[in-house]
Amino acid sequence: MNPLLRIKDLSVTFDTPRGQVKAVRGVTFNLGRERLGIVGESGSGKSQTGRAILKLIAGNGRVTADRIEFDGLDIINASERDMRSIRGARISMIMQDPRYSLNPVVKVGDQIAEAYRIHSRVSPREARIKALEMLETVQIRDHEKVYALYPHEVSGGMGQRIMIAMMLIPNPDIIIADEPTSALDVTVQMQVLGLLDDMVRDRGMGLILISHDLGLVSSFCDRVIVMYGGRVMEVLEANKMDKAQHPYTKGLMNCSPRLQDPKAVLPTLQRDPNWMNI
Amino acid sequence: MIRVQDLTVTFGKGSALFHAVRGVSFDINVGESFGLVGESGSGKSTILRAISRLTTDWSGKIEIGSVSLSHRRDKSIARRMQMVFQDPYGSLHPRHTVNDILKEPLEIHGINNCDNRILQALSDVGLSVDLRFRYPYQISGGQRQRVAIARALILEPDILLLDEPTSALDVSVQAEILNLLSRLRRERNLTYLMVSHDLAVISHMCDKIAVMNRGKFVEEITSTQLRDADPEDAYTRQLIQASGKYDRETAKTFVSFD
Repeated sequence: MNPLLRIKDLSVTFDTPRGQVKAVRGVTFNLGRERLGIVGESGSGKSQTGRAILKLIAGNGRVTADRIEFDGLDIINASERDMRSIRGARISMIMQDPRYSLNPVVKVGDQIAEAYRIHSRVSPREARIKALEMLETVQIRDHEKVYALYPHEVSGGMGQRIMIAMMLIPNPDIIIADEPTSALDVTVQMQVLGLLDDMVRDRGMGLILISHDLGLVSSFCDRVIVMYGGRVMEVLEANKMDKAQHPYTKGLMNCSPRLQDPKAVLPTLQRDPNWMNI
Repeated sequence: MIRVQDLTVTFGKGSALFHAVRGVSFDINVGESFGLVGESGSGKSTILRAISRLTTDWSGKIEIGSVSLSHRRDKSIARRMQMVFQDPYGSLHPRHTVNDILKEPLEIHGINNCDNRILQALSDVGLSVDLRFRYPYQISGGQRQRVAIARALILEPDILLLDEPTSALDVSVQAEILNLLSRLRRERNLTYLMVSHDLAVISHMCDKIAVMNRGKFVEEITSTQLRDADPEDAYTRQLIQASGKYDRETAKTFVSFD
C-alpha cells in the first residue's frame, strides 16, 4: 500500500527561558488509508506530533525532520502559502473542545459554509446548501434549525458533530483528531466515534486519532503508536494489544481499573529512565 | 453515617427555575464507600455541593451521624466532613505554599501543634517533606491532588466527599491516587461519598453505586451487579456498554434518555 503520509525522524523543539524543551524526539511512521491511533500520557508529545504535520507549532517551537511527505508534497520545506492550501482542504484537524474551537459570535451553519467557501469557488447559496447536507451527514436532526444556532446554544456532542462537519466539508485526505471525544459523555463519545468511523470508511480517508485512552484507541483503530517522553515506545496492531512487549504499554494497560476485572490494589507504573535512551 | 432524604436542589427562580436534583434519598453506613455515577448534568456533583452546603438552595433532610444539617455551614461539621475537588490546579491557592495550604484548616479550627500535624499529613499521603515549602506550580498534578487529600485529612474527619478526584489525572497517576484513597479508608475507617463519570473507577472504589440521570436515581446497585452487567434499568445498561471500548454495532443502538 502506498502511504498517504511518510514521516521520518520528526522532532519538535521549543525554546524557553529555561533552555530547550524537546517535545518530540525522532518520531518515524507512515500513514495509509487507515485509522492510526497515537496514545500517551500528558507531555508524551502526541499532540505536538499531530500539530507538526500541519506545521501548527507555537512561535517559539521548531519542527525538524528528515522527511514529512504528504502525497508527493514536501511539507517540511513548504511555504506558509502552500501550507494554507493543504490545511483544511487536504489535511484537517479536529480539536478537543468544540466550545473553544468554534467562533462564538458566528452561527454554526455559517461557519461550516465558510469552511467550504474558502477551499472552493462557490456562491453563498451553494455553500449553504452544502453545509445543510453536511449537517445531515453528521446525523443532526432538524438541520435547518441547527444551522442558525450559535455555539453556546448547542450541546457538547452536537458541537463536536458540527466540528466534524466543518472538517469534512472540503473532503480532505487525512483527518487528525486530537482527543475528539475527551470532553464528551461516554454514550455521546461512542456516537461521535461511530460517526468518524463511518466517514473514514465511506470516503477512504486516513485518520490519526490522538488520545490518552489506550482502551478506546485500541478498540477503534487499526494500528496504535504508543508514545512516552516524545519518543515512540512501540507500534502495535490494534487487535494484538495483548501481545504488547514494552513495559510502558503493559503498565498503561494494567494500571487503569476495569469493570470486568476487579483488583484490590491497582498496579502502578514504574518508569524506567532507560526508555528515553532508545 | 450519612442519611439523605428527599433532597431537591434548584437553581434560578420563576420561569428559569431548574431542578438539578429531584427528590433523592440514600443512606451510607460508617466505613462504607458510596458512589454516584452519571453523565454531565445528571446532578451528581450538586448532591455533594448540597451536603457540603456550597449550594444553599436545597430542601429535604441531610443528616450526618444523626445530626441534621442546617443551610448554614458551621465549623463543627467541617471537622467531621471534608471535600476533595476534581481539579487540583484550581482547588489549591496558587500563591500559598503547601505548608500554608495545610496550615489554614488548623488555624481556622484553632489547633496547635501545627508542625507535627503537617509533617504527619504529608507522610500519610506519601509526599516527601522536601515539598513542604513549594508552591502548587512547582509540583506535579498527582502531587497536587495528594496535597488536596492531605488538606482534607488534616482535621481527621470521618467523611470524605470526593468529586471526580482523578479525572484530571493521567491513568498511571490515577492508579496511585485511587490506591492511596483505598488505603486511607481501610486504615481510618473513613466513609466515602464519591462522584465520577467513570463506571470502572466507581466500581473499583465503591460498594454501593447509584446511577443518576436528569437529577434522579435511576437505579441503586452493588458493584458486583454492575460488574456482572446485571442492572435492571435500560439507561444503566447503555452506560455500561458505552464505557471502555468502542464497538461499531453497539454505538448505533444508543438512544437518548431525556
